[in-house]
Amino acid sequence: MTSAGLPPFWSMMIWGLAATVAMTTVLQGAQGLGLSRLSLPFLAGTFFTGDRRRAVIVGFVFYVIGGWLFAFLYFVMFASLGLYTWWLGAAAGLLHGVFLLVCGLPLLPYLHPRMASEYDGASAIRQLEPPGFMGLNYGHRTPLTTLAGQAVYGAVLGGLPQMAMA
Amino acid sequence: MLDSVVRSDALSTRTAYPEIGDYAVIGDCRTAALISRAGSLDWLCLPHFSGTSVFAALLDPQRGGRFAIGTNQEFQASRRYLPGTPVLETTFRTASGMARLIDLMPIEEDAGRLAPMREVLRVLEGVEGEVILDVRFEPRPDYAREKVRIRSRGALGWSCSWRDELCLLTSDARLDPAPDGTAVIGRVRVRAGERLRFSLAYTKGDVAVIPPLGEHAQERLHRTIEWWRRWTAQCTYEGAYREAVQRSAITLKLMTFALSGAVVAAPTASLPEAIGAGRNWDYRYCWLRDATLTMRAFTGLGYQNEAASFLQWLLHATRLTWPKLQVMYDVYGRTNLKEEELGHLSGYRGSRPVRIGNGAHAQVQMDIYGEVVSAAYHFVRNGGRLQPDEAKLLVGFGEIVCKHWRAPDHGIWEVRGDKRQYTFSKVMCWSALDSLIRLQEHGGITIDADKYRQERDGIAQAIETRGFNEALGSYTSEFDGDCLDAALLLMGCLGYKDPGHPRMRTTFERIHERLGCDGLLYRYKRGLDGVDSPEGAFGICSFWAVDNLAKRGDLTAAIETFEHILSFANDVGLYAEEIDVPTGAALGNFPQAFTHIGLINAAIALAEAETGSGR
Repeated sequence: MTSAGLPPFWSMMIWGLAATVAMTTVLQGAQGLGLSRLSLPFLAGTFFTGDRRRAVIVGFVFYVIGGWLFAFLYFVMFASLGLYTWWLGAAAGLLHGVFLLVCGLPLLPYLHPRMASEYDGASAIRQLEPPGFMGLNYGHRTPLTTLAGQAVYGAVLGGLPQMAMA
Repeated sequence: MLDSVVRSDALSTRTAYPEIGDYAVIGDCRTAALISRAGSLDWLCLPHFSGTSVFAALLDPQRGGRFAIGTNQEFQASRRYLPGTPVLETTFRTASGMARLIDLMPIEEDAGRLAPMREVLRVLEGVEGEVILDVRFEPRPDYAREKVRIRSRGALGWSCSWRDELCLLTSDARLDPAPDGTAVIGRVRVRAGERLRFSLAYTKGDVAVIPPLGEHAQERLHRTIEWWRRWTAQCTYEGAYREAVQRSAITLKLMTFALSGAVVAAPTASLPEAIGAGRNWDYRYCWLRDATLTMRAFTGLGYQNEAASFLQWLLHATRLTWPKLQVMYDVYGRTNLKEEELGHLSGYRGSRPVRIGNGAHAQVQMDIYGEVVSAAYHFVRNGGRLQPDEAKLLVGFGEIVCKHWRAPDHGIWEVRGDKRQYTFSKVMCWSALDSLIRLQEHGGITIDADKYRQERDGIAQAIETRGFNEALGSYTSEFDGDCLDAALLLMGCLGYKDPGHPRMRTTFERIHERLGCDGLLYRYKRGLDGVDSPEGAFGICSFWAVDNLAKRGDLTAAIETFEHILSFANDVGLYAEEIDVPTGAALGNFPQAFTHIGLINAAIALAEAETGSGR
């Protein structure tokens, strides 16, 4: 541990990447299995381009880097509590997921340059279906798959340092 | 265009079945929808031809679901396809005015563009006076087995979602939920010069894209028309029947699955070959039986890209079962096409059972080896090139033919029951080996030519001694038999025997004597397939007769026969699989690629006979 109670930088890098890969696998797996139509990488990519093919690639890169960087906030939280456990990580992930579902996704139509809204309808630029409250427009299992992905993300971030310290 | 009066009660009742020929097809080369003369979209499977239905009023007007836009008043309907396209225009004339409904499935050339996975766009235009129309959007996913949940999405329209699939209806007309919450309905008034649009967007497993309406919808309409007209302009046919050939080519293209190159036999399932009988089959798959004739149609019209895609699909799909071939595959080449009966659907005019999947996939048909190899040969003869791995696949089929051509099979018509020694299967085995020998002469493949020649000649000898009945003066359906089969006409079309040869001439005559009726042909004698119910005349068989006549130089008879068969097309130029001889009505799955392929090849044979350029 460093003097601030954080794990070594390179460890945080590797664990952050592992957690992002695990979360992305859960979310994309849920989409592939037909549990939800939500694709966060696609939504992220279409912030930058209206070309579907480019959006998927750009979105994946952006999403992985974002998840990686976000991991440092989790490590700061673990350090502030002096507790590195998988269940604390999972709980934080769930909380993070609830925030994303309840506040983040419904805000998207106001922020996303290509997302239509249920008030204004679709236009030449804004054609993406809005997610609705808790992402329910993308399938009624979307909250569950999103929470599962976020919980796995947090659990990996908390669990790997826990294993390293054991 | 053909005008017809449709009474209001024919529209309002939910038990009415339009004639099969009352339908027209629209599509985007991925899936297709059938729309009745009254403006009701009664059949649509998503996301592709072999997917499950979202609208199936075609097979059960009460439960199946529909997307109807039609008038409740008494009206005259006329319709046409916009020239060079499958964009359907239906005009309703009532006592108070005239309105035009344009139906299409938009095609976007730019694959990267944000667009829905599939879209049905319906544009309603007022032409004269004022017309009141009723709209009913009644999706019933998964052959009406899924629970329907319709929700308002505010300005984004109405959604119906199930599993990971979503249909979203947007419109600039005011619509409301039906009292039971399982449909969206509306009554719209359209005056001259006004335009209303209805867009049905479908998405599976992804964030949906909602296509905008207004001028953007008009742009999609114009882009689609342009796309089709550019495609149609590539057609090299210059004979006398350009309109019929062009419509058949467009219909064939509509049934070509753009993502793989596969050609489905028809976009529908369980439309009956005889009303009320059990002859209801699912044709939303790709039959290898059709391969050679499909390839001839594509290459004969100059559609080399479609021919190349089709051959690639043939060789790619069959890798799963190589060197053996299955009778049919789905659009992606999948082989598990288990047959299932949908007992909850009443069937077209009570024609039960409604079947999906097709049990014939497990049959053995030796003719399909000849179909695939001959298709490859036609492709090469028209300038195509085979890759080394493709050549190796074809040689594998040749080896199977050498080993098994003596064995009985189920034959081209997939007769259920015992295998038999079908003469036509032997002819196609001959064709497989003959095509491989010719391909080697072209330099495309390497085979043991002496062995193949010996086997080919052995097959021909067996056909000439056991497949020809001297007393009858005709080739016969089976070895040592006395029944006839209209498929034997293909012996002349595919190059086994010159149609002018005495044996072919007498076979032609016997087939017309025994299987002909009102200038059309049944494929075989009733009961031969073990099903004791009647069926209609088989559309493509009559076109094979034209091909024979043209190739043997009887041009006048060929033209008369061809024009007679053309008279059985519906008002927009489409054919089903069969024709009910007493009434001329369409029977069986609709529209049928095989029949349109027959029309194209017969028209090409006529044109070649007229110009003396026959090959």
